[in-house]
Amino acid sequence: MKSGHVKSGTMKRTPLIILAAGIALAFVPKLGLPAFYDSLLYLMLHWIVLATSWNILSGYTGYFSFGHGAFFGAGLYTTSTLLARYDWPFLATLPVAALVAAVLGVALGAVVFRVKGVRGELFALLTLAITFVIGTIVVNTPLDGGQGVSLSAVPVPAIGPTQSSTFYLLALAAATLTMLTAWGIYVSKFGAGLFAIHDDEDAAEVMGVPTYRYKLVALAISCALAGVAGGIHAMFLSYVTVGEVFTITVPLTVVLMSVLGGSRHWAGPAIGAVAITALLYSFTAANHAIAGKAMVGVILIAAILFMPDGILLRLQALFKRAPKLAPGTAHPPSKIATPSGTPSAPPSTAASGDVLLRVRGLQKSFKGVRALAGVDVDVRRGEILGLLGPNGSGKSTFINVVSGHYVPTAGEIVFEGRDLGGLAAHRIAGAGIARTYQIPRPFAHMSVLDNVALATMFGGAVGDPAEARKRAMTWLEFTGLHGKAAARPDDLNLHQRKFLELARALASRPRLVLLDEVLCGLTPSEIDDAVALIRRIRDQGSTIVFVEHVMRAVMALTDRVVVFNHGELLAEGSATEVMQRAAVMTAYLGKAHVVLPTPQAAHA
Amino acid sequence: MSGFALPSATLLSQSVLSGIFVGALYGLLGLGLSLSWGLLRLINLAHFAFAFLAAYLCYQMAAFGVDPLLSLAVLVPLFFSIGAALHWLMARFSVTPFNSLLLTFGLTGIIEAIIQTIWTADFRKLESVYGEHKFKIGVLYVPVPELITLVLAVALSFAVWAVLRYTDLGKAMRAAAEDAPIASAFGVNQKRNALLLAGTCAALASVAGVCLALSFTLAPSQMYAWIGVVFAAVMLGGLGRALGPLVAGTLIGVSEAITMAVTSPSWAPIVSFSLLIAILVLRPGRAT
Repeated sequence: MKSGHVKSGTMKRTPLIILAAGIALAFVPKLGLPAFYDSLLYLMLHWIVLATSWNILSGYTGYFSFGHGAFFGAGLYTTSTLLARYDWPFLATLPVAALVAAVLGVALGAVVFRVKGVRGELFALLTLAITFVIGTIVVNTPLDGGQGVSLSAVPVPAIGPTQSSTFYLLALAAATLTMLTAWGIYVSKFGAGLFAIHDDEDAAEVMGVPTYRYKLVALAISCALAGVAGGIHAMFLSYVTVGEVFTITVPLTVVLMSVLGGSRHWAGPAIGAVAITALLYSFTAANHAIAGKAMVGVILIAAILFMPDGILLRLQALFKRAPKLAPGTAHPPSKIATPSGTPSAPPSTAASGDVLLRVRGLQKSFKGVRALAGVDVDVRRGEILGLLGPNGSGKSTFINVVSGHYVPTAGEIVFEGRDLGGLAAHRIAGAGIARTYQIPRPFAHMSVLDNVALATMFGGAVGDPAEARKRAMTWLEFTGLHGKAAARPDDLNLHQRKFLELARALASRPRLVLLDEVLCGLTPSEIDDAVALIRRIRDQGSTIVFVEHVMRAVMALTDRVVVFNHGELLAEGSATEVMQRAAVMTAYLGKAHVVLPTPQAAHA
Repeated sequence: MSGFALPSATLLSQSVLSGIFVGALYGLLGLGLSLSWGLLRLINLAHFAFAFLAAYLCYQMAAFGVDPLLSLAVLVPLFFSIGAALHWLMARFSVTPFNSLLLTFGLTGIIEAIIQTIWTADFRKLESVYGEHKFKIGVLYVPVPELITLVLAVALSFAVWAVLRYTDLGKAMRAAAEDAPIASAFGVNQKRNALLLAGTCAALASVAGVCLALSFTLAPSQMYAWIGVVFAAVMLGGLGRALGPLVAGTLIGVSEAITMAVTSPSWAPIVSFSLLIAILVLRPGRAT
C-alpha cells in the first residue's frame, strides 16, 4: 500500500527484527519439542516462503500468477533429479533449483509481458496453463516417468539435532531470506515502481518506470525463492509425484494466504500463511479434515467480503487514526515555493531559443486510419507552444507518440539532438520529457506525496525514496497541494487532481512538458489559477507544449501555436494571427455558405 | 513417449467421435462460466462445484428411481435459485472479478466438503436405463449418454446464442456488460438481469452436472480435474459468447482424443493448454 511514509528509524530496524526473529527461532530445536512440532513449524515456514515469494510479483504488481505450482515444481524436480540421478550433495542443489525456476519464469515472462493485451486475468490463466504443460512434460519424460521420484536413499545433511529439525532450520533460513527480500523490495525504488505498475501500468511507464524489466525481475526473484522452497520440500517429502505438485492447489493456497493476510504489504502473506497452516493442521490433527476444508472455505469467503484488503491492512486501519503529517508539511502553507536545485538543463532566457524538439514527417496510423499524416513541428527551448485543432485532429495522438505511448508509423522525433523514434516510454521520460493526462491518472493506492515521489525517483533519477519524498514535497508546495500530501488521490477534487498531474510531470525535472488539456473541466477561477501555475512552470525552466481548447488561456499563455486538422499541420504562427486565418476558422467552424474574400488564406 | 505408430482409420474415427462427445461436455460446462465471466465480470470457480453437486443429486435421485433427465425438473430451478442467491451476495458486497475467483474457490471447498460428507470420497457411478445403450453407425459405436450430452450442449448453446442475439433481454445484458451505467440510463434493469443471468449460469451448470453423472464416474475431488481444460475452452471461445465454448471445447476434445490415440493418454493435457497459450499470446484481444 505504501500509504505512510516509512520513517528512517523503522527503515533500519525492520531487517534487524527479521534477522533477530530468524536467529531466535533457530533455537527452537534445542527445546526438545516432539518431532510433530518441527513438522508443523516447517510447514508454516514453507508456506511463508511460497506465499511471500508469490506476493513479490503478484501482490506488488497486481499480476496474479497461478503458475506458482510450476515454479515451485521446477525447483522440486531440479533438486530431486540432481539427487536421485547425479548424486549431488543436497545443499548444492538448492541454488540450481532457484536458477532453474527463475529461468523458467523469465522465459515465460519474456514472452507474455511483451504482449500488450496480456494483463491481469489473462496472465493468471496463462500461468495456470503453463503449470499443466510443464507437469505433462515432466510426467512423460525420464524426469519423473510417471512413477514419481523416490529420495529415500538420499542422506539428509545433519544440520539440526534431528532430521525433522534439519528441515525446520532449512525452511527457517529460506523464510528469513524471503522476508528480508520482500521487505527490501517493498521499501525500495524498485518496490515503488512495482506498486505503480499495480495501479496504472501505462502511467507508470510514462513516469519513467521500466515496467517490462521490473516485471521480469520481480518474476525472477519470485520464482527463484519458490524454487528454493521446492528444493527443500523435495527432500522433506522424500517421494515426489507430478500429481501433487503441478496442480491448481499450490497457487490457490498461496493466493488465499496472501489475500487473507494482505497482499499489498510485505508481511501480509506471512501472516496469512501462519493462520491458514495452523487452521488446516488443527483440523487434520483432530481428524476433521473434511470440516477443515469447509472451514477454510468459510474463512476465505468471510475474509473476501469483510476484509477485501487483508488482515494486516485492516489492523493498520484500526490502529492508525488521523493520517500522519508528511515530513515536509512543516513549511508555512502560504509560502509559494520555488523548487530548490537547478533544472537538469540550463534554463533558457529567450523565448526564441534553439530547437528543443524537432519532429519531422511524423505519421501514426491505426489499422489504416491515419491519425497523424506526416507533421513537422519544432518546439523551441523555453517557449510555450499551443497545439490546437478540432477534436480528432491528432493532438492527443501527437502527445502519445512523442511521449512514447505509441510507436510512430513513420517520421522522426529528435529531442536535444537525440533520436527518440521507437524508444520505450520510460526511456523518453528519462530523456527529459514529461506529460499529463487529460483525465488524471493518479496511482490510486498511493498517497498524493508518493504519487509525486514516484516521478521524482524514476523520471528524475533519485535513487533514495526518502530523498525523493523530500523533493516531491517541494513540488506539492509549488502546485499548492502540500496540505493534501498524505491524502489519497480519490479524496481530491478534479482541480486538485489536475494539479497533481502537473506536480507529477514536474517532479521528474523535465526539459519539455506536454500538457494535454489540463484546463478541461475546470471553472473560470480555477483556470486562472492554472494559467498562473503554467507560467511559473515555464519560468522555472521547462518548455511547454500545451494542448488546449480554452482559447482565453491559449491567447494568454502561448508564444506560438500550431494548428492540426485531419492529422496534418494546418497553420503555425502567433495565436492571434493564426486564429484569424480562414482555413483555421473553417476547420473549427465549418465552411461558410457565402465565401468571403480571404486576405490571409496562404499557409504558413 | 512410446509407439508413434499410426492407429487404424476406424480407431482414429472412433477417437474423433469420442473427442466430439467429451468436447461437448467441455462446452456445456464452459457455457455458464463464459456467460458469467463475460457478461457479469465474475469468475465463478464454484461453477464446477455446482455441476458436481447436481451430478450427485441426480445420482441420488436415480437411486430412488427417478429418471436422470426427469431430475432436471428439480435441479434446474434449484440451481437457478442458488446461482441467483450467490450473485446477490457478491453484488451486495461489490466483489471485484479477482476476489470473485477467490470467494467462489472458498465456496467450492465448502461444497466439496458437503459432498464428501454425504456421499464419501469413494467413486460413484450412476446406473440408469441410458447407461447400457449404445448403437452402431457403420463401424462406429455411439453411446447414448454421450449422445444426450452432445444434443443438450448444442441445443442449449444455440438457445443462449439466440436469446442474446435476438431478444431485448439478451441485448440489454450485452449492453450492460459493455457499460453498466449507460445501460442503466437507457432503462435497463441491470440488477434484475444480472440475477437472472447468474441463475441461468448455475442452472446450466446443473444440466452439465446431469450429463457428467450420465457418462462419468463421480468423486468429489474430480471437480478440480475439469477446471483447467474448461477454462481453456472458455478463453479460446471468447468470453461471453454462447457458441464459443462449444466450438472451442469440441476442438480441444478432438485434438486431445487424437493425441491420446497417436501417443499416450498422459500427453493429452498438453494439447489444450498449448492451444490456449498460443492463442492468448498471438491474439490477446480475443479473450478480453
